[in-house]
Amino acid sequence: MSENIKISVKDLDLYYGSFQALKKVNLEVAEHKITALIGPSGCGKSTFLKTQNRMNDLEKGVKIEGQLLLDNKIDIYKDIDAMDLRKRVGMVFQQPNPFPKSIYDNVAYGPRINGIKSKAKLDEIVERSLKQAAIWDELKDRLTKSALGLSGGQQQRLCIARTLAVEPDVLLMDEPTSALDPISTSSIEDLAQELKENYTIVIVTHNMQQAVRISDYTAFFLLGEMVEFGKTEDLFAAPKDPRTERYITGRFG
Amino acid sequence: MRHVFEEELNQLNKDMITMGSMCENAIQTATTYIRYQTADKNAEIVDIVEQINHKERDIENMCLKLIMQQQPVARDLRTITSALKMVSDLERIGDNADDIAEIVSMNNIPTADVEAIELIDMAKAANEMLSDAINSFVKRDDELAKKVIDTDDAIDNYFNNIKLKLAEDFRDSSHNLDSVLDLFMISKYFERIGDHSVNIARWVLYMITGTLEGNTN
Repeated sequence: MSENIKISVKDLDLYYGSFQALKKVNLEVAEHKITALIGPSGCGKSTFLKTQNRMNDLEKGVKIEGQLLLDNKIDIYKDIDAMDLRKRVGMVFQQPNPFPKSIYDNVAYGPRINGIKSKAKLDEIVERSLKQAAIWDELKDRLTKSALGLSGGQQQRLCIARTLAVEPDVLLMDEPTSALDPISTSSIEDLAQELKENYTIVIVTHNMQQAVRISDYTAFFLLGEMVEFGKTEDLFAAPKDPRTERYITGRFG
Repeated sequence: MRHVFEEELNQLNKDMITMGSMCENAIQTATTYIRYQTADKNAEIVDIVEQINHKERDIENMCLKLIMQQQPVARDLRTITSALKMVSDLERIGDNADDIAEIVSMNNIPTADVEAIELIDMAKAANEMLSDAINSFVKRDDELAKKVIDTDDAIDNYFNNIKLKLAEDFRDSSHNLDSVLDLFMISKYFERIGDHSVNIARWVLYMITGTLEGNTN
């Protein structure tokens, strides 16, 4: 395989005070692929996702050891400012969280903060981002309307557009469809498949079938440990670790 | 947890065993016909084969239902997909036994011709292959499944020896050509039964190990 590694995680430990939430995690996130993180609640998968754009290292009591390399050279804890990192590694959350602003201003928010003032340039970014998020046709005639008036599925795609507006390399998605109905879920899944052409995606999901449907690679987490990592079709057809087998076949508990 | 699913998987297991023993019964019945020339048009094999066909439908329906309801993964997925593939081979084995019986019912084959070749031994070997394949499924025994795959050479040997002998008979103008051709067909059907048993054993191996022979991915 000649895949590029976008993020490589080496011996990552994370502590919340005296509680160790991640234990020596090693993982390589392949570029232009979708990597799914699965595991029961509290297994550390969301904590792990958040380390990728430093959403948790400044929290009180959090201690992180190990290394996260972006593009095989940038140590994201040493070589890059958190703000710059988040331009390159964007996050989409479980609950759609549009700002109480217009659709246009939601998408233009990041580029404006980054100093882009030209109306023409912002128009272009808004259109491109909404198109990439497959929601331009639905919203192009109501860009000045409040984002809060949109449906849940539309809000989530708007949030994806907002993340894409700053042109990140990596999209982190934390259960992006768990608050959505099946139709909206399906459109976000299709969107993720399209976006991987240009972005690298890491997605946390509780929906195992979603991981099967959309991801190229899957990592199974349990009690802070990454138990198994492999091609999605291999991991779900013939898992190597009996703990993976028990979890994905619903034999835990 | 997954209580209902476990029960359904147990039922699937039982149905597979039942269908397997129906097929063994079909082979044994066909073999008895060859030995004692007892086949006729109302032969009991017709019933057996009909039951096999019904069982195949039942198992297919059950597998499709389980795939839809449970969206199985890992060993569950491998068990259900293997069962779906295995029933096709079992059904073919039933058909092969039926074809053999039909040939015997035409009464072209003198007992002496049967005894002149190793056909009954071949029939026993084919039946044993199927029996081992079914047992490897029942016991989830990968060694036994591998043994079935290796035994295929023995069946092929029987077939080649029989073919050589029948070719000689064919050249000998004093021989009953109908009998020669029928025996050749029958031995080919037993050879096919061996192949289907090998297929079954391969799916059993896949179910147990997750690796499909010949899969280069």
